[in-house]
Amino acid sequence: MSPRQHNDQAGRIAPAQAREELMVWEALNIALDREMDADDSVFLLGEDVGLYGGSYRVSQGLLAKYGEWRVRDTPISEGSFTGLGVGAALVGGRPIIEIMTVNFSLLALDALVNMAAKLRYMSGGQLRVPLVARMPGGVAHQLAAQHSQRLEQMLMNVPGLRVVAPGTPQDSYWHMRQAVRTDDPIVILEHELLYFHKGPFDPDAKPPPMHSAAIRRHGTQATVIAWHRMVEVALEAAERLAADGIEIEVIDLRSLRPIDLPTLQASVRRTGCALVVEEDVRFAGAGAEIAAALGERCFGDLNQPVRRLGAADAPTPYEAGLESASIPDLTAVVNAVRMMLGS
Amino acid sequence: MNQDLARQFLFDMSLARAFEQASAQQYSEGKIGGFLHLYPGEEAVAVGVLRAADPGDYVVSTYREHVHALVRGIPAREVMAELFGRSTGCSGGYGGSMHLFDIGRRFLGGYAIVGETFPVAIGAGYWLRMREQSEAVVCFFGDGAANQGTFHESLNMAALWELPVLFVCENNRYQIGTEIHRHSALTEVHRRACAYGMDAERVDGMDVVAVYEATDAALRHVHAGNGPYLLECETYRYRGHSMADSGAYRPEAELAEERGRDPVSGFRDRALKQGWLDERQASQIESEADAAVQDAVQFADASPAPDDLQANVYSNPLDLYKGRP
Ligand SMILES: Cc1ncc(C[n+]2csc(CCOP(=O)(O)OP(=O)(O)O)c2C)c(N)n1
Repeated sequence: MSPRQHNDQAGRIAPAQAREELMVWEALNIALDREMDADDSVFLLGEDVGLYGGSYRVSQGLLAKYGEWRVRDTPISEGSFTGLGVGAALVGGRPIIEIMTVNFSLLALDALVNMAAKLRYMSGGQLRVPLVARMPGGVAHQLAAQHSQRLEQMLMNVPGLRVVAPGTPQDSYWHMRQAVRTDDPIVILEHELLYFHKGPFDPDAKPPPMHSAAIRRHGTQATVIAWHRMVEVALEAAERLAADGIEIEVIDLRSLRPIDLPTLQASVRRTGCALVVEEDVRFAGAGAEIAAALGERCFGDLNQPVRRLGAADAPTPYEAGLESASIPDLTAVVNAVRMMLGS
Repeated sequence: MNQDLARQFLFDMSLARAFEQASAQQYSEGKIGGFLHLYPGEEAVAVGVLRAADPGDYVVSTYREHVHALVRGIPAREVMAELFGRSTGCSGGYGGSMHLFDIGRRFLGGYAIVGETFPVAIGAGYWLRMREQSEAVVCFFGDGAANQGTFHESLNMAALWELPVLFVCENNRYQIGTEIHRHSALTEVHRRACAYGMDAERVDGMDVVAVYEATDAALRHVHAGNGPYLLECETYRYRGHSMADSGAYRPEAELAEERGRDPVSGFRDRALKQGWLDERQASQIESEADAAVQDAVQFADASPAPDDLQANVYSNPLDLYKGRP
């Protein structure tokens, strides 16, 4: 198999440039392929990433191409295979570890928080930890409380880690490629419901900096800040509101640490009003950080406090109706914006 | 054994003993902060293992690692300065006693969470094996650490993929104040390796020559590509777990008995008896070690503190959060 190709379901190859639209998992697969092809210190490990091709097909075809030392199926040992990634990164490797879902990342937190995020600092700058940790998450298909978490705030609070949350095929591709080339540990949060979403894809377009936010829709009356699947929800709400003559700006944060505050501030300066929509639990969540930061930085531009919509203060329920009620939806965003604008 | 090695062993162990005594002294004078875990009693392990290792081998250690660092060749000045939190320390003053690093000497630290060393070691081992390099990784751990999940996870992976890792258990029989019979269902740590089909052996960790020879053989096994190996060194620490611990939970008689087989004076006596060294040479070596430690203390004391709070958080800081809003 040659680079610049990705694998279809049967493991056959279709050239990337032949398609304008691609699914998120395919974009990630191409990004991995290109990075592994470009640099033989890049290797991938995790549960079922090899022969099986990854739970969400992201690593499909890579084992056949790169062999088992570079695409390694691991035992169910999150704490140790994540730490293995740290150890390999210290001595010259550029490991990408897949934690099957973000829920299991709790077993790997020692390696991520106490090791990966700290070693450069504690060693006085001698050590570098170019580790990428990918973890799918989000509320998806009635998976119930132990399989429907987001956990962004737990990872955001750790100096030394970067956290990105790509939502489109193009961003997933860019983030993956840039993350692999960065000398710091990076967590890539992926959303389980987005893997099979299609979007425009250009493998050769020049990427924006990893941390920069993207304005997905311009508007003048309110700024809605979201990431992952909540961007879609916000964009739908924007359509609905536009029908009533309300124009909101929708920002896809793309990175949760660092946060692109300059882009947020500039938007708030124009609109005077901001709403954060997050799928993670609202209490002490990412939205709290964003609201506080904007409050500190653009108090004078805001005509009211920054508001937040987030998940209910409960574990995710199994039952479908309750499950969708547990996170913000179109109506919630529309109502929140209307309330803020007093209309 | 030859004269050079004997000289080296005596110097290393004397330096270790003197360094730890000086550390305790400096700690009580307030020059060293944080937790301080000292090593007297266990010197033969660090010296025997690390003198048998090649300079190209990586070393992964715990929070009780001053002596591992010294024997690996990190100058006493840099180790002491790190304990003092000075910018001349081997981690620039950002690590302290529990986080000594020296990438140039392949000393990968310095981990204060019990059980972290195993995955770091198999990670380095994975890289070496993947790149078909011939070096090995030496991973130190205590008897208490053998009950951590990462021990089992990592030994499984090390054996499964035949990684070049030598696991060295410093079995001093205590996990802080909990004696091994109270923390482990199986107190012979080396026997656990058989669960993973890993070769293992137990050695008298108070005898530097025995440790050296056992390590040499074990590392030959590892370097030859035969996969990992576990070496259990039976040793003893004379002091409490840390400066905060008097060690009063241990019977006087036990302590006295262990002091009776002291690795440092035991080796000295043996070297004289065997004719490896004479009295004058031994005293000369000991005073060189003492002088190195005194010099290290003065150097540390005279060194400046680091001043950049946010150095090295990221390789490429974005400054989005620095300073006031
Ligand atoms: C995960 C974790 N739990 C608890 C501690 C607190 N702690 C520090 S050292 C220690 C005992 C470790 O004993 P052992 O592994 O035998 O090493 P030794 O101190 O005897 O060298 C404990 C419980 C810790 N540092 N990390």
